[in-house]
Amino acid sequence: MSRRRHSDENDGGQPHKRRRTSEPIEIEDRLESLICRVGEKSTSSLESNLEGLAGVLEADLPNYKNKILRILCAVARLLPEKLTVYTTLVGLLNARNYNFGGEFVEAMIRQLKETLKSNLYSEAVYLVRFLSDLVNCHVIAAPSMVAMFENFVSVTQEEEIPQVRSDWYVYAVLSCLPWVGKELYEKKDVEMDRLLNQIDGYLKRRQKVHVPMLQVWTAEKPHPQEEFLDCLWAQVQKLKKDRWQERHILRPYIAFDSVLCEALQHNLPPFTPPAHSDEALYPMPRVVFRMFDYTDAPEGPVMPGSHSVERFVIEENLHCIIKSHWRERKTCAAQLLSYPGKNKIPLNYHIVEVIFGELFQLPSPPHIDVMYTALLIELCKLQPGSLPQVLAQATEMLYMRLETMNTTCIDRFISWFSHHLSNFQFRWSWDDWADCLTVDLEKPKPKFVREVLEKCMRLSYHQRIVDIVPPSFSALIPAEPQYHYKYGDESNSSLPGYAVAIAVGNAIKNRASNEEILTTLKELPNPNQEEDDDEGDGFNPLKIDVFLQTLLHLAAKSFSHSFSALAKFHEVLKTLTESDEGKLHILRVVYEAWRNHPQMISVLVDKMIRTQIVDCAAVANWIFSPDMAHDFTRFYVWEILHSTIRKMNKHVQKIQKELEEAKDKLEKQQHKKQKDSGDEEDMEKNSEDEDGQLEEQIERLQEKVESAQSEQKNLFLVIFQRFIMILTEHLVRCETGSVDINTCWYKNCIERLQQIFLMHHVTIQQYMGTLENLLFTAELDHHILAVYQQFCALQL
Amino acid sequence: MSVKLNALFSDSYIDISQYRDQHFKGNRHDQEKLLKQSCTLYVGNLSFYTTEEQVYDLFSKSGDVKRIVIGLDKIKKTACGFCFVEYYTRTDAENAMRFINGTRLDDRIIRTDWDAGFKEGRQYGRGKSGGQVRDEYRQDYDPARGGYGKLAQLQRTSDVQHKF
Repeated sequence: MSRRRHSDENDGGQPHKRRRTSEPIEIEDRLESLICRVGEKSTSSLESNLEGLAGVLEADLPNYKNKILRILCAVARLLPEKLTVYTTLVGLLNARNYNFGGEFVEAMIRQLKETLKSNLYSEAVYLVRFLSDLVNCHVIAAPSMVAMFENFVSVTQEEEIPQVRSDWYVYAVLSCLPWVGKELYEKKDVEMDRLLNQIDGYLKRRQKVHVPMLQVWTAEKPHPQEEFLDCLWAQVQKLKKDRWQERHILRPYIAFDSVLCEALQHNLPPFTPPAHSDEALYPMPRVVFRMFDYTDAPEGPVMPGSHSVERFVIEENLHCIIKSHWRERKTCAAQLLSYPGKNKIPLNYHIVEVIFGELFQLPSPPHIDVMYTALLIELCKLQPGSLPQVLAQATEMLYMRLETMNTTCIDRFISWFSHHLSNFQFRWSWDDWADCLTVDLEKPKPKFVREVLEKCMRLSYHQRIVDIVPPSFSALIPAEPQYHYKYGDESNSSLPGYAVAIAVGNAIKNRASNEEILTTLKELPNPNQEEDDDEGDGFNPLKIDVFLQTLLHLAAKSFSHSFSALAKFHEVLKTLTESDEGKLHILRVVYEAWRNHPQMISVLVDKMIRTQIVDCAAVANWIFSPDMAHDFTRFYVWEILHSTIRKMNKHVQKIQKELEEAKDKLEKQQHKKQKDSGDEEDMEKNSEDEDGQLEEQIERLQEKVESAQSEQKNLFLVIFQRFIMILTEHLVRCETGSVDINTCWYKNCIERLQQIFLMHHVTIQQYMGTLENLLFTAELDHHILAVYQQFCALQL
Repeated sequence: MSVKLNALFSDSYIDISQYRDQHFKGNRHDQEKLLKQSCTLYVGNLSFYTTEEQVYDLFSKSGDVKRIVIGLDKIKKTACGFCFVEYYTRTDAENAMRFINGTRLDDRIIRTDWDAGFKEGRQYGRGKSGGQVRDEYRQDYDPARGGYGKLAQLQRTSDVQHKF
């Protein structure tokens, strides 16, 4: 970076945009750009760029000090992957301008307090790490840093706090030690030893009930899924044993040591961690995802061990890069691949491991699933000679370990793999997976392949799938997605509804009205007729069956046709499904008709919920009904259930928002009235009317919210109740028969229960009291209760 | 605290493109305003054989799809290689622009762009022969899009006629 002054930048720009003097806004943008871009690819060395930038900023301090302070605080918080570049910069500035250094430290402390108050815990960690690295740059005195750490660790002595609170403060301290452990130990070894002992004590006594719920694999081999604090502690201990020698982190400040050690240091002001409050939302505990070790990268640099601090630093930095650039997949891929120090590590393996780690993270990935698919495709494009092979190796490893993989993670693996294949002409060495053909189709490996092929078919078509797999795989190929019209053939003419079905079909084709259709259907007997139902308007499964089977048959051509059909005959459908039994039965009919086209079932159920032909509880009851037992472990069923729960949640949120908006409006109006009081009577009367209307609206919305929340609670109660019933049944049956409970079905079912908790934990938190009192009581089988207890442990 | 660092965190995949619908009823400003709020995407470079189901599956990966309208040849009323995808929320549409645009559907790289909103009539190709304009003039052979471009097809026919 050259030492050009800002006014120089305007020459050589576009002629018509030349200005004589640089405007302040331009200069501020320029400063931001200079600071943000330092450290990127350049013809000059990093050191000379930093030196140059420090000079430029020093000269701008008189006029732009506040702006520079704000930008530097922002990069500390938002660009943690370039931590040491910016701490060096601050070090150089501090050496040139002691006051500025002091002001920066103060600004950082203020920012830290704000991030903690705003529940921005990952950013807070980056800030603490930045401050600790400033010790290395002679900006902050080591003893004052140790003092801050001591205050952090003393949180472990607080009483009646959630464990996740003390977890965070311990994590913040430990995660700084790779950067600053050496320096702090050199200056204050007694205090640091005491600190580490306290941490050790805390880690030994903290509870880890939550861990099984967060592990991607239940097996310990080949790589244990370690709790994040345990892993970091092991890494720090190893670092300590190596006398804090850390060689991976890029430290530009070393080159400036002669300049920096002349600088005066500042003391951190005493920092008291903000007290715990109910609004605090601490980060959830995590499990460290590992799938590779040094044996997996055959040639080239060796992968750092699982308890080496290098591994921690590399993973941290890669996660930070993704966090910064996830919106732009090309930039993200490029940034990942240009990781500094990449020649000393098997970077492709680290990248693939970090990406899968995020994709499989429980409860949910940090970013939307499809981002990871797009990112991996970009990475393959940028490294076509090496990355696809690592990815194939990873896929193979994941396949080999399916037996112990969490069902939710298998779901994500299926979705990723099928989408990925669709971008590469579905090319895959399926024969390598021939072992899945020799076992029961319900076992994880063949089940996985079946689900993958089903998803591949959705992105292509049936014949394509037949063509891409070897003939030996034919049992795993999905059925052709065809409609089952039970009244179609003359051979079905003995069915009770056959004649009416033909009549209804003709009526629909002749554009009959809703009344005419209902009249035609009246001819059907009611197998379920109740005694007092003279009109025959009660629940009649045969009517539903005949009408819907025929309608969907006529509309089978495409989704659009089916949606039009549902819309056109909405009134008829609503009439037929007024009762709960009616709603359940319509779902049965849809399933029977379209059982070979799960995608169609999903979109029809979605439409029927949105147009209130069925409600969410009906869908839940249907999924747990005996009719669906055959498909109970299939992926599409759970996609439908989770989609249903999400619709319910969005519905509640929507009405809550309307209520909040109405309340705000009333408040504003009343506030305005107060200010305007003293006007003529007329105006007062009008505003009273307006108030009255708004208050009425608010009351109505309040009722709507309560009713929606009640429906939502009921939905979860239904789902959990049904889970408890079928799981208990299974456990009792196995116990009386002295059979092992751990069947494929059981593993799938209990993990689906976990999945409900994990995917909707925010909503479920509201209803914990009810759940504990009504359902998850001490009488429950301990296998089922354990899931509930693990879930509770996540936020304790 | 809220310095956004515009220099760094661009989100260019969701920017509106240069394309403006010439048939749009309203001025440029109105169109751009709608594009910036839209939940609807235009999807181009589809194969003529790509189905609504395939589009649904792919685009559902970024959120719940409200509606898909398959683009049709104005004369033949058959699919002519484009469609509209409408989401319930803007966020879901943005994620499609970030992660589905430029990837493959039915083995073809598809392109998504913001659309001001579907209106009846916009599902038809605007090329003279009934399909999309781009298929009128292109010179390459694309079996998934009717073979040669319409103009090129006419030329080839007249070439053949001249031979005899």
